[in-house]
Amino acid sequence: MTAAGGEPEELPIAGDDDVVRVRQLVRTYAQRVKLSLVNQTKLVTAASELARNTLVYGGGGVARIEVVTDGVRQGVRAVFHDDGPGIPDVTLALADGWSSGSGLGLGLSGSRRLVDEFDLDTEVGRGTTVTVVKWRG
Amino acid sequence: MERVPILEIGGVLLVSIQIDLQDQTVLALQEDLAQRISDTGAHGVVIDISGVEIVDSFIGRMFATIASLSRLFDATTVVVGMRPAVAITLVELGLTLGDVRTALNLERGLKILGEQRRGRR
Ligand SMILES: Nc1ncnc2c1ncn2[C@@H]1O[C@H](COP(=O)(O)OP(=O)(O)OP(=O)(O)O)[C@@H](O)[C@H]1O
Ligand SMILES: [Mg+2]
Repeated sequence: MTAAGGEPEELPIAGDDDVVRVRQLVRTYAQRVKLSLVNQTKLVTAASELARNTLVYGGGGVARIEVVTDGVRQGVRAVFHDDGPGIPDVTLALADGWSSGSGLGLGLSGSRRLVDEFDLDTEVGRGTTVTVVKWRG
Repeated sequence: MERVPILEIGGVLLVSIQIDLQDQTVLALQEDLAQRISDTGAHGVVIDISGVEIVDSFIGRMFATIASLSRLFDATTVVVGMRPAVAITLVELGLTLGDVRTALNLERGLKILGEQRRGRR
């Protein structure tokens, strides 16, 4: 899988208005690679969940959005990164309905279902990076 | 922060969401609605989401919260106009709207509220 369609775009996630901006940027990219409306909606919804996690639990961070290709098809990759506290128990965090706070615990598990590729890289005391990809078709 | 306007028409509060909701706006809307239901004694709340492109867990939870809130004031909340792509995404996300009433469109939502009201009298 390689990056296509130019430089990735980065957006800071420092406030809840940034979560809205991330959603809008992801939507633009999803339309650029002509994802179906349902797949656009799934990807934007996942991005909204992950950006909010970056803000609320990671203490803020950055989102990076880019077009990727694997030769035959194009997709959108969105990366959410923070230098926050990290996630001590990844299995627990990925379980439906588990939240360390007052959330529904659907953000991670739900967004994982909404995308084609999902990667969670986290280290306690260092931070968290979540990478998702949605392919066209 | 933008605020979502609340209209009152014949004992029903109508909220038509036309903006991209940030979390603060969602929280403000919940508070505004609680205040308006209590001030007006409205018997119903209609939330029109036909202009809403995504419903994530935060926004979804708002519907459930508003529904519970309105019940405390003896009012019913109906969410109307959900786009098909949003509905499909909600199911896959795993979000159930609990006992939030939904209707296809505004007209049907108002009909539900009207019938409920007549049923009570
Ligand atoms: N970026 C992050 N940094 C640190 N911890 C995180 C991060 N993202 C998620 N977590 C942890 O994983 C848990 C599960 O996250 P998830 O998004 O699934 O649920 P939630 O945010 O608690 O609730 P919801 O998203 O449904 O409102 C969180 O409660 C939090 O403890
Ligand atoms: Mg979350």
